[in-house]
Amino acid sequence: MNAAVLVFPGINRERDMARTLKLVSGTAPAMVWHAETGLPAGTDLVVIPGGFSYGDYLRCGAIAARSPVMDAVRAFAAKGGLVLGVCNGFQILCESGLLPGVLMRNQQLKFICRDVYLKVERSDTPFTRGYNAGQVIRVPVAHGEGNYIADGETIARLEGEGRVLFRYSSPDGLIDPNWNHNGAINGIAGILNEAGNVLGMMPHPENHVEAIVGCTDGRGLFAGLAEHLAKAV
Amino acid sequence: MHVGKRVRIPASDMIPNNTKITPELVAEHGLKADEYERILKLIGREPSLTELGIFSAMWNEHCSYKSSKVHLRGLPTKGPWVIQGPGENAGVIDIGDGLACVFKMESHNHPSYIEPYQGAATGVGGILRDVFTMGARPIACLNALSFGAPSHPKTRHLVSGVVAGVGGYGNSFGVPTVGGSVRFHSRYDGNNLVNAMAVGIAKKDQIFYAAASGVGMPIVYLGSKTGRDGIHGASMASAEFGEDAEAKRPTVQVGDPFSEKLLLEACLEIMAKGCVIAIQDMGAAGLTSSATEMGAKGNLGVTLDLDKVPCREEGMTAYEMMLSESQERMLMVLKPEKEQEAEAIFRKWGLDFAVVGETTPTKRFVVRHHGEVMADLPIIELGTEAPEYKRPFVSQAKLDEIEADSVQAPVGTIEALEKLIASPDLCSKRWVWEQYDHIIGGNTVQRPGGDSAVVRVEEGPKGLALTTDVTPRYCEADPFEGGKQAVAECWRNITAVGAKPLAITDNLNFGNPERPEIMGQFVGCVRGIAEACKALDFPVVSGNVSLYNETNGRAILPTPSIGGVGLIEDFTKSASLAFKREGDAILLVGETTGWLGQSMYLREICGREEGAPPPVDLTEEKENGDFVRALILDGSVSAAHDLSDGGLLVAIAEMAMASDIGAVLSGAPTDIPAHAHWFGEDQARYLITVPKDKVDAVLERARAASVLVSRVGVTGGDALLIEGEQPLPVAALKHQFEHWLPAYMAGEVHAA
Repeated sequence: MNAAVLVFPGINRERDMARTLKLVSGTAPAMVWHAETGLPAGTDLVVIPGGFSYGDYLRCGAIAARSPVMDAVRAFAAKGGLVLGVCNGFQILCESGLLPGVLMRNQQLKFICRDVYLKVERSDTPFTRGYNAGQVIRVPVAHGEGNYIADGETIARLEGEGRVLFRYSSPDGLIDPNWNHNGAINGIAGILNEAGNVLGMMPHPENHVEAIVGCTDGRGLFAGLAEHLAKAV
Repeated sequence: MHVGKRVRIPASDMIPNNTKITPELVAEHGLKADEYERILKLIGREPSLTELGIFSAMWNEHCSYKSSKVHLRGLPTKGPWVIQGPGENAGVIDIGDGLACVFKMESHNHPSYIEPYQGAATGVGGILRDVFTMGARPIACLNALSFGAPSHPKTRHLVSGVVAGVGGYGNSFGVPTVGGSVRFHSRYDGNNLVNAMAVGIAKKDQIFYAAASGVGMPIVYLGSKTGRDGIHGASMASAEFGEDAEAKRPTVQVGDPFSEKLLLEACLEIMAKGCVIAIQDMGAAGLTSSATEMGAKGNLGVTLDLDKVPCREEGMTAYEMMLSESQERMLMVLKPEKEQEAEAIFRKWGLDFAVVGETTPTKRFVVRHHGEVMADLPIIELGTEAPEYKRPFVSQAKLDEIEADSVQAPVGTIEALEKLIASPDLCSKRWVWEQYDHIIGGNTVQRPGGDSAVVRVEEGPKGLALTTDVTPRYCEADPFEGGKQAVAECWRNITAVGAKPLAITDNLNFGNPERPEIMGQFVGCVRGIAEACKALDFPVVSGNVSLYNETNGRAILPTPSIGGVGLIEDFTKSASLAFKREGDAILLVGETTGWLGQSMYLREICGREEGAPPPVDLTEEKENGDFVRALILDGSVSAAHDLSDGGLLVAIAEMAMASDIGAVLSGAPTDIPAHAHWFGEDQARYLITVPKDKVDAVLERARAASVLVSRVGVTGGDALLIEGEQPLPVAALKHQFEHWLPAYMAGEVHAA
């Protein structure tokens, strides 16, 4: 795995992400500053981590989406390169047009940090091959604006094309408003782009990769990616 | 002045620097007549307006500690592991492996009452800056929040704003907020307390200090621009509130966590590149305090050229620039040969960088603006000649002890437990800590809700145990015992996770020190803290004093918040309070006499805030704590919890709720009334659970160590089952525990 982790001013989970990528794949990622105009040669995975890029003083992710490095990311994605955006990274992907929809303020209007349960809808993608379809994983969220919404037509397409990869659920895998902390439509926690190579998700799998700090349910995502990329070589 | 005028007149046109200094102007600056006399004597002439502002900033209570200094000298501040005690931006202790822990707690009480969100946010920002100024990367934040009675009309608004502000800043900055405390009492009506603590990790040989060195060295201004916010913030924090508190809103600063995050990364980067000689953050009293401190500590003069200061607004006067408390700013002395490299790093992060002055051999603090000298003062004396008061104080009479037998139980044991667990002070604070990102960093081993948070240090196996504690009602009833208890409980909470308590930071919140009874509370608490710290080998390495926490002459409960840091060599061995399995023996460590004086039971169930608080036997604390810690570290214990507010049964309930496992408990002994047995607040006690096959060995070790250990029950089932009482399902208890705060904040319940 030759991952590149993007660093925008105000991003703050880049260290968590880099540590997890190294822990799971054995290789430390390249840290790429937002002002760069290209990605390191040989990059096979771009990760946009969480945080508050530019303070999120404008719409979350709106300024980062217009950073020089994002042109390189768009080109990389257009050629089928794998892109993962987590939390602020998801918001940046939506703002940059790589994913549809937006993330509004949480229904309760408050920032929420807690463990949530996610139902993994499919296991036949590079991002979820480490899980079984229907499996429920426990990962933390930490966001104030994670309430996913898009127009009806887009939602219908996302659902129809199986592009919802993760959904907030009960521990038993039921899609239930009581287990949807931010009010996202259809409990959507993570979606794929049309080509299936760009994933955006609000929860933080990178924070649940060690048994002693939380649990290891987040590991499957990174282990699956590493496996996929190893086979691709 | 032109109060109420709609057109803003630049202050420079309004008050020239050569304004005649009248007694009224002196009083407006919070300086007493005799303090002004002291200024005249020191400089031998009438001060300019800017100089008067500088004195008011340096000599107010907040910056000068003039009422408290003489008593703070009695605190133990040394230990072989102490690298830096009080007097720097934060305290520093050695945690081995070449690493140091840098930490401090500081109040932002007055601003948080006037403007809860920004007041709390900038409190967090300020304390984070204190920690990374010393070269440490912040790894955790904690806080101690005290609010007025839930029934007070402003309380909900203040809780909502303060919690959002604490979270808003820390979450964006990117530090986990891992622990803290929240309490309610009518004595905080009109004076809520926001005490924020930050903890960082640095390389032991790369700690940065404020003392400048070398003559002619460039002094560099870094970070955000200077605006008109926060002018006189420190003076505001050194006065009581009256009805006009709201009018002081312009003195509250506005926080920008995004800039602070950039400042952190830029500072750590230039420190790593070896560019920095000295560094001081601009906190209270801004540019004035940071520049004079750097000079005075280095025995040097400082000349500032205010034309070079990056300003957010046009037409700012010297007076305004020197007193602005705009946030996210730093002052540094750089190695001249590294100046360009440092500037490039700051430009990369999009931050201001300006050489605004230099060090001089004169030991004068000279401020120039538009080519004119606006201030020229002796830099050392500005600090050392600040007034110091031995204010008169009266020690209050000891309150009578309340005999357990004399307290009738108005309700049964189960009902009392249900009421206590749902009371504002004992209920779950999940609503609060879920608004704080407590997992960022990926090192939070024990999350909020336990005795101490446990945070892994770098890649481990070391971990830090962190907690904040104080029981203000004990301090009010008996300042000396209350001061001792605050330290002892902090020590106990660190011990209960298996860590060795190393050092504390103290944040002393009191009323008006000019009142002898308030000063008596302060002196008593500080003496109690000193005694406990000495006995427990738990030095004070940093702290902050917040006085004048009064509104209309009514003071807060004395609240000396204690922030503690402990070290566990292998964090995987730390204990948590949740029961782990059915069938473990529940053992009580320490002596139970059924002390009801000042207990939560007496207050919440009987409606009485009376009597002497439980005495703290520090020898017993140490023996019992050392015993429990040893058991945790050798794996004899499956869960551990300290006993505090609410006593034995509340502690058992907390362990059950954390695990969804119930317990079967023996009835109360016959020599103590049942309610005193279950809810008394005797100190130096812990609950531990021990697997069946290890119980005999543990009891034998207790006998050998002369530590009192008794069996109270066995874990199991899904209810608390006390001999002779109805079973109480853990799920029902948990519902009550979790219900009150969210319901209150949603406006659904009114508490008494």
